Order: sequence, then structure tokens, then C-alpha cells
Amino acid sequence: MMFAVTAAAVLVTMALTLYRSIKGPTVYDRILAINAFGTLTVVLISVYGFLSGRPDFLDLALVYALINFISTIAVSKYVEFSHMGRPTGGDELGDM
Amino acid sequence: MVFMAVTGFAVARLRNLFGVVMLTGIFSLMSAVLYVVLDAVDVAFTEAAVGAGIATVLMLSTLALTSSEERVSEDGKPMWALGLVVVTGAVLIYGTLDMPPFGDAYAPIHHHVAPRYLERSGQEVGIPNVVTSILASYRGYDTLGEVYVIFTAACGVLLIIGQPKRGRRRTLRMLVGEMRHGMRQNVILRVVSKLLIPFILVFALYVQWHGDFGPGGGFQAGVIFASGFILYALIFDVDTSRMVVPSGVTRLLLALGVLLYAGVGVVGLLRGGNFLNYSVLAEEQTAGQHLGILLVEFGVGLTVAAAMITIFFTFARQEH
Amino acid sequence: MALFLEILSWGLLIIGSVMLIIGGIGMVRLPDVFSRMHGAGIIDTMGACTILLGLTFQAGLGIVTMKLVLIVVFIVFTSPTATHALARAALHGGARPQLDEPVDDDPASQGEASSKT
Repeated sequence: MMFAVTAAAVLVTMALTLYRSIKGPTVYDRILAINAFGTLTVVLISVYGFLSGRPDFLDLALVYALINFISTIAVSKYVEFSHMGRPTGGDELGDM
Repeated sequence: MVFMAVTGFAVARLRNLFGVVMLTGIFSLMSAVLYVVLDAVDVAFTEAAVGAGIATVLMLSTLALTSSEERVSEDGKPMWALGLVVVTGAVLIYGTLDMPPFGDAYAPIHHHVAPRYLERSGQEVGIPNVVTSILASYRGYDTLGEVYVIFTAACGVLLIIGQPKRGRRRTLRMLVGEMRHGMRQNVILRVVSKLLIPFILVFALYVQWHGDFGPGGGFQAGVIFASGFILYALIFDVDTSRMVVPSGVTRLLLALGVLLYAGVGVVGLLRGGNFLNYSVLAEEQTAGQHLGILLVEFGVGLTVAAAMITIFFTFARQEH
Repeated sequence: MALFLEILSWGLLIIGSVMLIIGGIGMVRLPDVFSRMHGAGIIDTMGACTILLGLTFQAGLGIVTMKLVLIVVFIVFTSPTATHALARAALHGGARPQLDEPVDDDPASQGEASSKT
């Protein structure tokens, strides 16, 4: 029963972050919202795994956390430099 | 599912392509959750790794090479396209009305093929994860085809975009210069990435070999392995990471994976069975199946990892 | 003992859920990007980590707990880093925090001055 309450809370928060990701006036709001949405997905998958009695889902949650991180870094880099191949951090373009 | 509908609608309407990429990422996230709810863990795994991660990164690389606003086409009315989509969708839905209800025990698919796999997989193949046994053994031809498709995609990218040739000496000089100023800034990102990348690679190996017992297998492991290198390339320079993984090595691995898979099939032929029949690879049938599945999944993992790395590096090296 | 662990895990789950909603409300209602990062941080650390820790008490000792702890460690490492990268990108992209009185906010000159010490 407790898992259902937690899952409901996660869904509500997902709706809130989704609102921010569509509405956010700057692009950074959207990136932030997607990062938070990713972490919420990790929690949702873990709770759902417990809810359905299959702890195999935790591998999936771990992969998802990883992908969320890489995507956020990639998107921040894209937004800053418009080029995906340069190093992050050179002092003429500013640091990251 | 309401979330997915809202996001899908937003994806179609937003003109700014960057916003579209973001929302596509969220969409594939939600698909992954949907697959989890439907109890299809392996599919969710692959969807999370590929759809949310690699696809977003590759789409961003493409955006970096093109413009970031969608060009509105002047000619033609969009109503025709909308009408066509609605009609096709309606026809498809009408077609599914004829199908047995979801999860119905009397549906034909549950009577011939699926129960045979489910019942006989334990004795014939002997590994707990039925998805992997179907993917790699019962339907091994299809998986071989998929590996060829990935290989061809990477080759296509290499042929069309190509690889700019840079001299080794220039790369070394750039590398040294970069080390001198890069060090004092963004220390946090570099340190954290250096801590994480070995963990990511080891996790990829875990997912690869654990595919027999839990969700996982070659495709997911290849993607995770490639994402370790992509993280390295994002934080450091693409040229630096090219020195870590030279293009010759990725091309070799790309071909080697496919060769390994087909090679296992040929060995099966040579030992007296059919192509891709693993039972003849060892003395006992299940041992042969284990060995065969292990090798072909490894081949799949190699090719997928090399293909993802190749595609990302090729995109990232283009100067705009 | 088992009852104590049950109550502990339920307590953590409830606290985590409340924190998630608070963080979500924060993300919607706070005025600008940098303050919203606080909301996201609450979602990530207070929310996600307490929920996952609560789940470990449900699972007992074993590989499931190990994996949950790994996920928590991973989130603790990567979420602040990602937010840091985003904040730097935002700062260089021109977003400025909304303050009560304007200050001299040229990060390039401040960055150089501090690195020369």
C-alpha cells in the first residue's frame, strides 16, 4: 500500500516537472526539468519493481540514472557551445 | 499514457527543434516506463539506453550541424497529411478490434509458438532468461540480421560523412596546449567523469554477461559501453578521445563483432549441424547452447558499442 | 525488530514522497532558473535518496540492497555535477539570478580575479 502512495507522489511530481519543461521561459529551465524527470523515472522504476515483486528492475534504474546524467551534460554542452566535439573548458569560450 | 499524448502533441507543435529533441527524450522515457508496466523489462532496458540516451545525443549532434529552427514549408496544405494520418490510424485501430483481447489465454499466439518456447526453453537451452534464449538461439537469424543492420548503419555514416584526416603531430600539439589551460577550470566535471567512467564500463560488462539470468544482453551492454566513451568525449576533446580509441580500432571491432556472430554459425555448420545451431558446439546440448549464446551476445555487444562510438565521433568531429 | 524496520522504511518513504511534492511545487513556483535548481536538488537528494533508502529497509540484506545503495551513490555523485554543469552553462548563456538589488555581475572578470590569487 505504501508503495502505491509513493508511486502516486512520484507521478504528481512528474506532472509538475513536465509543466515546467513545456512552459519554462529559458532553455535552461527545460534542461533542469528533464534532469529532474529522469531522476523521478529512476525512483518510479525502483518503486514499481518493489510493487510487482521483481527486483530485476534495479538494473534498469541504474542505466536510466546513467543515461540521464550523460544527456544532461550533452545538452548543456550543446547549448553553450553549439559544438559537440570541443573540450568543455577552454578559456576563450568560457568555462563549463 | 496521458503524459505521452500530451508530449507527443507538444513535439509536433513546437517549432524550435531543440525543444523537440528534449521532449523526444521525455517521450522515450515514458515509453520505457510503459514497457516496465507491461512487464517487458528487456525492452524497457533497451529503450531507456537507446532512446533516451543515444538518440538524444545523436540528435543534438545533428542539430549542431544544421539550423535550430524548423523551416515552415510554404506549399501544400497540412490538412491532407493530417487527414491521411487520421484515416490510417482509424484503419489500424479497426484492425485491432478483430484481434483477441490483450492477454487473452485463447489467443492463437499463445497456443503454438510461444508455449513451445516457454516450455522447452528450460530443457533445450537451459538459461533462466527466456527473452535471451529466444533472441539468441531460437530466433538467432533475426538477431544476426539486426547486427548486420547496425553494422551497415555505421558504415553508411562513415561513407557519407567520412573522417577528416588529422596528422598525429598536430593532434599531439593541440593536446598539450589543451592540457595547459583546461586544467584549472571545470575541475568538477573532469574529476567526476574520471571517477565514473570505469564504473560505467564495468557495469556494461556486467550487463553483457548477466543477460542470461536477468535483463540485459548484447544490445544494452554495447550501448552502455559506448556511452562511457561518449561521456569521455563530451568532457574532454573528441581528438583526445580519438587517441584513446583510434578509428582503426573501432572499425576493427565493428567488423569483428559481426564476424564473430556469423563465425559461430559457420562453426555450427562445420561440426555437422545447421547454420547457427549451437547444440553441436559442445558435448552436451545445453552446454553448447550456453557457449553459443555467450559468443553471439558478445559479438552483438562489440558491434553495437563500436557502431555507437563511430557514429558519435564522426558527427562530433565535423566543424560547422 | 522487524516491526521497527517496517516503520522506519514506511517513515522514510512518506518523508521522501512529501519532499518530492515540495520540490515539484518549488520547480513550478520559484521565480528564476537558479532558484529552480534548488527545487530540482530537493527532488534529487531529499526525495529520491530517502525513498530509495526506505526501499533498502524493505528489502533486507542482499543483492537488492546493494543495487539500491549503488543507485543512491550514483545519484549523489552525478546529480549535483549535472546541475553544476547546467548552472555554468546558464551563467554563460546570460541568465542572471533575480536579486533584490543589482550587483556587479560580470562573471568573467570575477573569475579571472579569483584565479590569480
